[in-house]
Amino acid sequence: MAKNTSSSAFRKIDVDQYNEDNFKEDEADAISATVGPDENEITTLLTQGKSVEALVNVLQNAPLRCKNQHVKDNALNTTLRVLLSIKSSQMDQAVEALEQNDLLDVLMKYIYRGFEIPSEGSSGHLLQWHEKAFAKGGVGCIVRVLSDTNRA
Amino acid sequence: MSERYTFGGSLASITCHAWNKDRSQIALSPNNNEIHIYSRERNDWKLSDVLNQHDLRVMGIDWAKNTNRIVSCAADRNAYVWSQADDGKWKPTLVLLRINRAATCVKWSPAENKFAVGSGARLISVCYFESENDWWVSKHIKKPIRSTVTSLDWHPNNVLLVAGSTDYKVRVFSAYIKDIEDQPSPTPWGNRMPLGNLMAEFKNSTNSGGGWINDVNFSADGNKICWIGHDSCINVADATNGNAFVRCKTQYLPFLSCVWISPVSIVVAGHSCVPLVYTLVDNLKLVLTAKLDKSQKKESSGISAMRIFQSLDRNLRTENSDTNVDSIHQNAITCIRLYAGEKENGKKISTSGVDGQLVIWDIDNGLNNSMNNLKI
Repeated sequence: MAKNTSSSAFRKIDVDQYNEDNFKEDEADAISATVGPDENEITTLLTQGKSVEALVNVLQNAPLRCKNQHVKDNALNTTLRVLLSIKSSQMDQAVEALEQNDLLDVLMKYIYRGFEIPSEGSSGHLLQWHEKAFAKGGVGCIVRVLSDTNRA
Repeated sequence: MSERYTFGGSLASITCHAWNKDRSQIALSPNNNEIHIYSRERNDWKLSDVLNQHDLRVMGIDWAKNTNRIVSCAADRNAYVWSQADDGKWKPTLVLLRINRAATCVKWSPAENKFAVGSGARLISVCYFESENDWWVSKHIKKPIRSTVTSLDWHPNNVLLVAGSTDYKVRVFSAYIKDIEDQPSPTPWGNRMPLGNLMAEFKNSTNSGGGWINDVNFSADGNKICWIGHDSCINVADATNGNAFVRCKTQYLPFLSCVWISPVSIVVAGHSCVPLVYTLVDNLKLVLTAKLDKSQKKESSGISAMRIFQSLDRNLRTENSDTNVDSIHQNAITCIRLYAGEKENGKKISTSGVDGQLVIWDIDNGLNNSMNNLKI
């Protein structure tokens, strides 16, 4: 009789390695050399009080297709800095600007990514962002974060 | 406005369904290895035959309306062509697909002399009847498909085939079988069409990486294709316009099925349980023009989650008993078929889904008129 164990190690066996022609991402996707947002420029915009411009800039230059985790982490920190510096009263205006630039999905990606690394008071602030972005983008916006293979 | 039916008193989900020519009979699979044929008797459905030749779950059914034959494919890697004997019973003929993974979808060509089967073996089998051997044979389209083929549709010229796949790409192939048909005439998709020739390829999304293709559909004139992905987007590509495509990011859950109902509009439905009509305006953007489900929402969705918890809290209830969804379909819609009219002038559509319901919807005439006024 089969032994009943609670071991689930078999689930982690990579069966695909025995397959000759596995699905691979496009080569072109892997090469894309993005450097991410320019931190100095963002800091300048923030000190000038142009936080909405800073947000559009940081999301436009998001290194989503980059394979370098270091670049991604840097961009994440910069984006979170911008997101947390924008007050709730300015959020509507910011979300409006992002919708025109087709960046709502990118914003949603960084909101979810931000939840993963909480700091003092950040999650509450991000929840407010989430509410505003959801009101504009609907469930579709969240679905696109889940289905996209280019993670923030 | 809409007619709702369930079959055989069961609430098993309906995997897929197909109609005969005069819509008096329906073939559907109750999410298992069987295909049930129901005949309409006034407002009731009578089970007239059960086709149980498949060993595993049936994945696709298509009914050739003129030659009155049914083709079915299943996860057991087989396809059968069913034809009706004199006593009204359906007799199967096995078709050798030569695949090593489940078959996922099947479609008769418009002339009904061949059909195509998509599969998890990363290929499309194009099957036709060889009268010399009295046998269905299949030819493969392999390159450059790199993952499971989820959906197929034929061009009205009986030669081109569009396929959606889980490698995030939509491809237009030639499925020209020179043994049984004449040289095809050129189309906007290209002039040379040997079997398996890749005529066009579209990535579901150019700047983000995501979304399996859930369904594809050729427009009535064959010059446009529509596809829907798992990223809640609807896309339309136009061959007469240099294969430019229009992309609409919707605010709904992903769609699973789509069909053209006029030269410029499409019905889509899926996980959000409601069929929606999108219309192409000036070839530039897709606009939501109608929701076929007119059910009133009890309250806006954002508040309702809060209300549920408040109600749980106030009434000391431990479970939420109000599980009705505010739409006619109570679960995801997996299949849309035209019920009345053709792709250029759809009048009624039928939808079936995970909730085991079949719903026939009137596409509003007023809506159709207003769409005819929209210029391409």
